[in-house]
Amino acid sequence: MTVGIVVFPGSNCDRDVRWALEGCLGVPTRFLWHEERDLGGIDAVVLPGGFSYGDYLRCGAIARFAPVLVAVQAFAAAGGPVLGICNGFQVLTELGLLPGALTRNRHLHFLCQPAELRVEPGNCRWLQGFGSGEAINLPIAHGEGRYQVDPKLLQSLRDSGQVVLRYAANPNGSVGDVAGLCNGRGNVLGLMPHPERACDPLLGGLDGRRLLAAALG
Amino acid sequence: MPLFQARVLVSLRPSVLDPAGEATRAAAARLGVDGVTRLRIGKSIEVELEAPNRAEAQARLELLGDRLLANPVIEDWRLELPDQA
Repeated sequence: MTVGIVVFPGSNCDRDVRWALEGCLGVPTRFLWHEERDLGGIDAVVLPGGFSYGDYLRCGAIARFAPVLVAVQAFAAAGGPVLGICNGFQVLTELGLLPGALTRNRHLHFLCQPAELRVEPGNCRWLQGFGSGEAINLPIAHGEGRYQVDPKLLQSLRDSGQVVLRYAANPNGSVGDVAGLCNGRGNVLGLMPHPERACDPLLGGLDGRRLLAAALG
Repeated sequence: MPLFQARVLVSLRPSVLDPAGEATRAAAARLGVDGVTRLRIGKSIEVELEAPNRAEAQARLELLGDRLLANPVIEDWRLELPDQA
C-alpha cells in the first residue's frame, strides 16, 4: 500500500498528511507533483488542504486543470480510493468528481475549530470504520466551506447515501449541514474537516486516524 | 489576425447567499447611505483574444465562460463582445 499525496503550488497540508499516514499509521506515501502523469504503484490518492494556485478565480478552479488530475480521474473511474480534504474537496467538486460547490462561509470568518460530525449511513469506503449515526470530532480550518447544491440534487444525494458526514452544529451555512460527500460508488470522499489533524491523542483526538485507517490500513 | 476585446461578467446565482455582498451592504448603511436593498458582488474579467473572426472569438469566449471563468453550480455569467475587430 502506497498513498499518493498530490502537491499543487500552494498546498500546505501535504506534509501533515504524510506525517499522519507514515508517522501514525505506518503507511508509505509518495508526493505527486501537480505535473506528474504517472500513478503507477499508487494504491490510494489524497488531495490535501491548502490554497492550490493561490485559490485564484475560485478555490480549486485552476487546480482542476493540473496534469496529475487527469491521472487521478482515471484512477477514480477505475475504483481507486480518492480522498479530498478541504481544498482537496473543493478541487474534487470543480473537477466534477463530486457534485456541488464550496463557497464563502456564511459569516465570512475563516473558521479554525473542532467540529462535531455525524456519520450518515452509506457505502463510502473511507467511513467503514465508523458506525452509522456515530458522532465524531474532526478539526475544520476553512474560509470557503459552505457547501452549495440545488435542493433537488441535495435530496437525491441524501437518498442515495452520498451525504456521509454532517455537522452537528452547522458552522458555515452549508446546505443540509453537509461536511463530507461521497460519490455513488463509494471510493471518492471529499470533506472540509481535516482527518490528518486528528491522528494523535495530543493533537485533536484519533477520529481522523480511524477514518484514514479504514481505507488505507 | 483580428483582436477582440471582451468582458465576461460573473455573478453569484440569485439563490446563492453572498455574505461579502451582505457585509458590504451593512457597511453602506454605516456610511450613511440609506435605501440599499440589494448588493451582490461579482467579477468582471477582461479578455483580449486573437481569432480569425467574430464568430470564432465568441465560441472560444463562451467555452471560457462555461468551463473556466464561472462555475455553473453557483454562478451565472454574461459575455460582452462589442462589434469591433
